[in-house]
Amino acid sequence: MTKRIIIVGAGHNGLVCAAYLARAGREVLVLEANAQVGGAAVTRTFAPGYQVPAVAHLLYGFDPAIERELQLRQHGFTDAKSRVLTVALNPDGAPLVHDGREVVSGLSHAEDRQAFTDFMHKMRRLAALLKRQHGRTPPQLTWASWRDAWPLVRLALQMRLLGRADMRELLRMITMPMHDVLEESFAGDLLKGALAVDAVLGTKLGPRSGNTVLNFLHRYTGASAPRVPVGGMGAVSESLASAARAAGVQIRLGARVAAINIESGRATGVTLASGEVIAASTVVSGADPKTTFERLVGLQYLEAELARRIHHMRCEGTAAKLHVALRALPQFKGVDAALVGERLLIAPSALYVDEAFNPAKYGEYSTDPIVEISIPSIADPTLAPAGHHVLSAIVQYAPAHLNGGWEAQRAAFEARVLAVLERYAPGFGSHIVATELLTPADLETQFGLRGGHWHHGELTLDQYLTLRPVPGLGHYATPVQALYLCGAGCHPGGGVMGRAGRNAARVVLQGGVS
Amino acid sequence: MRTPREHFRLVVKYTPFHSRTVAANELNLWHRWRDYSVADAYFDVSLEYTALRNTCAVFDISPMTKHRITGPDALAFMNRLVTRDVAKIKPGRVGYAVWCDEQGQVVDDGTIFHLSPGVYRLCSQERQLDWLHTARLGFDVTVVEETEDVAALSLQGPTSCATLCALGLTGIETLTPFGMRTFAFGEAELLVSRTGFTGDLGYELWIDPAHAEALWDALFEAGNLYGIRPLGTHALDIARIEAGYIQAGVDFLPADHAIRADRTRSPFELDLAWLVDFSKPHFTGRRALLAEQSRGSRYRLVRLDVAGNKPATDAYVYDAKRRVVGTVTSAVWSPMSKASIALASVAMPHGAVGTPLWAEIYYQKELKWNRTNVECTVLAGPSYDPPRRKVTPAPMR
Ligand SMILES: Cc1cc2nc3c(=O)[nH]c(=O)nc-3n(C[C@H](O)[C@H](O)[C@H](O)COP(=O)(O)OP(=O)(O)OC[C@H]3O[C@@H](n4cnc5c(N)ncnc54)[C@H](O)[C@@H]3O)c2cc1C
Repeated sequence: MTKRIIIVGAGHNGLVCAAYLARAGREVLVLEANAQVGGAAVTRTFAPGYQVPAVAHLLYGFDPAIERELQLRQHGFTDAKSRVLTVALNPDGAPLVHDGREVVSGLSHAEDRQAFTDFMHKMRRLAALLKRQHGRTPPQLTWASWRDAWPLVRLALQMRLLGRADMRELLRMITMPMHDVLEESFAGDLLKGALAVDAVLGTKLGPRSGNTVLNFLHRYTGASAPRVPVGGMGAVSESLASAARAAGVQIRLGARVAAINIESGRATGVTLASGEVIAASTVVSGADPKTTFERLVGLQYLEAELARRIHHMRCEGTAAKLHVALRALPQFKGVDAALVGERLLIAPSALYVDEAFNPAKYGEYSTDPIVEISIPSIADPTLAPAGHHVLSAIVQYAPAHLNGGWEAQRAAFEARVLAVLERYAPGFGSHIVATELLTPADLETQFGLRGGHWHHGELTLDQYLTLRPVPGLGHYATPVQALYLCGAGCHPGGGVMGRAGRNAARVVLQGGVS
Repeated sequence: MRTPREHFRLVVKYTPFHSRTVAANELNLWHRWRDYSVADAYFDVSLEYTALRNTCAVFDISPMTKHRITGPDALAFMNRLVTRDVAKIKPGRVGYAVWCDEQGQVVDDGTIFHLSPGVYRLCSQERQLDWLHTARLGFDVTVVEETEDVAALSLQGPTSCATLCALGLTGIETLTPFGMRTFAFGEAELLVSRTGFTGDLGYELWIDPAHAEALWDALFEAGNLYGIRPLGTHALDIARIEAGYIQAGVDFLPADHAIRADRTRSPFELDLAWLVDFSKPHFTGRRALLAEQSRGSRYRLVRLDVAGNKPATDAYVYDAKRRVVGTVTSAVWSPMSKASIALASVAMPHGAVGTPLWAEIYYQKELKWNRTNVECTVLAGPSYDPPRRKVTPAPMR
């Protein structure tokens, strides 16, 4: 009988998981549908000579332990730019600039300066508690022995150790809509707009929705300011792949898994789209939970209630990507040339963000979307021909399940987004060499992300910690013996962090069962 | 085509036999079964029971929840739903089954009719549409509730076969237990299955509701000389306890209704281990039931012979050290075995066959409450199981 472990998908989490398993002496084979490693953490050419991070573009919370343990620096991982500033674009004047800790410039209301510093300080403390759970398997809610109860007891203790005031704040805020928190904390619209973006990006939530504070905290479990690696996001994955290969992992690209094979309740290997059958003692899926169970396993192999929970898991992405090849650097209104390479936001107020969300509720795209812009070619000129640039923008809200479908409306949406960019950077249109729009539907077909969802499934309290992705799957193990999950759909969620992959490897090595 | 549904205007529903059951209900005693008004008793519980065991009696089972399951994955769906191997229920056969939740706790029990290849009817005590729609995810099947589209009568007792012969159902005596066959009935098709809830020789008759009244009339005419009587729920209940059959909501709490985890029962805990087929690789509850098998069950269903003549209704069950080990779920004075009998759920390891238990029975005499502690014997099988139930050709007397 084979001892091979198959990992479905060479997303960054799959690669992390593979590397740890191989370092523990296991035989690991990674099967990736695409021609490149990295999944949604990938750099690819979208027009001849122009490369962009095709999905994720800023690195927030990559686990430093993984960077260290897998010696990623020796495998080519370096920062092109660390501590990226956030520049909230102002349609009528100077932008507001912050570094995640302090406001750097552009305040409209003096009292917001201290308020921002205090607020971010508090949010980092609260985020730290969530972060402490990231490196662990979530606590069990029912337990057979006191040893199983320990993680839950520890979580309770750590909440208590936050101190009375912080604990109360966490319990008060964790379910709150970000909008209410912003209203009670700040006066300036630009500032509130920028923070509202951090609370909604990647979700199908508006600033007035519950769980947006949670999403905000999730973002700030990482560094207070993001960074950009040399070679774009894909370089993270390339360094992981290199570390994994060095540990003995075999990676097969262009190998789409059509089915995870189950016999008598146990995963026995996979069948590729080509028809090839590969046996395994263990299968770990880095694909999202819906794809894994609905398409690869088949709901009929699960217990009926678990099948229902997976079927009803919320997983509709609303973030699109727009990539633009530019023959010259655009000029954003009121923005210093030195700041163009930072993280530029179009979200001039919390109300703007809220109004952008409204159409998404009814299956329509925002005509005035929020936009997060990065021009990585400024720090990393290898991405574009000399003197040229690439712009990578996350555009939200563009719901995956658009009324009438995306095909008929993608051109109109793209034109709309370009018009918004033109408003903030007059003359922008004249620099365009080529564009690429990836709607959530495209992200699903090209990267296998169900619903194009950032986190492989909405990041809300009902799909968080032990309840992530759904109750019964909260510990990386599944009811199908020898089948595990390791992707962003698991605790602690999405973003290029690698933690789900690292936790999953530990559970696999321990032979954990669900 | 379904007729427009007006049922929501009614507080209560009536079965397709209502005009006939009203006429027969001399006592005017009614209760609800699901939303339907059905007879507790028609003229005398004892005499209805006597007819059932000595001649034959008719019980209106139209309120039974019925679903039709069709589509390419019908068999796979049924097999993932219930714990037994449905592939063994051939077309034209009926099988008793239970289905469990993911904890391996019984949601309901019922009968599966394999109507024609790949077409199943599932009959159950409880409503199941929500559960079946959950269970349907991932299967190419259609699940349609057809409770209102099928009228049904249960004809049970020693002369039931003779009555059906007199009705013109030629060859019915060759139908084996759990078999079914169709006959022409006027314009309609009459489906007859050799099934029932009495532990006796008996049949269930299934027909388009438009022909329900005609069927009732013809049946009573045919059975006139065979002592046919209408049968109410009270008399039926005596018979089903004698036969040792469990009832949802009485002998076990349907798992999807339970709030407290220890209130539900697994098939093992209901003496239904014979319905669990682990050679089947996937069914809901399999993992939990395997774990239970290796860990041991919490409870055991026992059939008791209770000393004395008082029914042990709702009695606590004690062990030899006078510790409470369980409760009686169904109890009755059995006229056939001339004994007080009961079904009870007791904690393991109590209740092995042949071991003594005690029941604490409260009873009233002229408004005064008395208490007695009587010894019970755990029986190996049902109190009443006449050979005619299984014999083919079925006896005509
Ligand atoms: C528009 C958008 C913008 C984002 N921006 C950022 C950002 O700026 N910063 C950030 O940190 N995060 C960002 N994210 C989130 C981040 O990209 C993801 O959460 C993260 O990349 C998920 O990593 P993963 O390894 O868990 O899964 P994935 O990267 O999705 O990897 C899964 C892999 O499995 C493969 N696969 C799927 N099915 C099969 C199959 N049947 N056979 C073989 N292989 C298969 C896929 O091809 C893929 O390679 C963004 C997400 C989106 C959608």
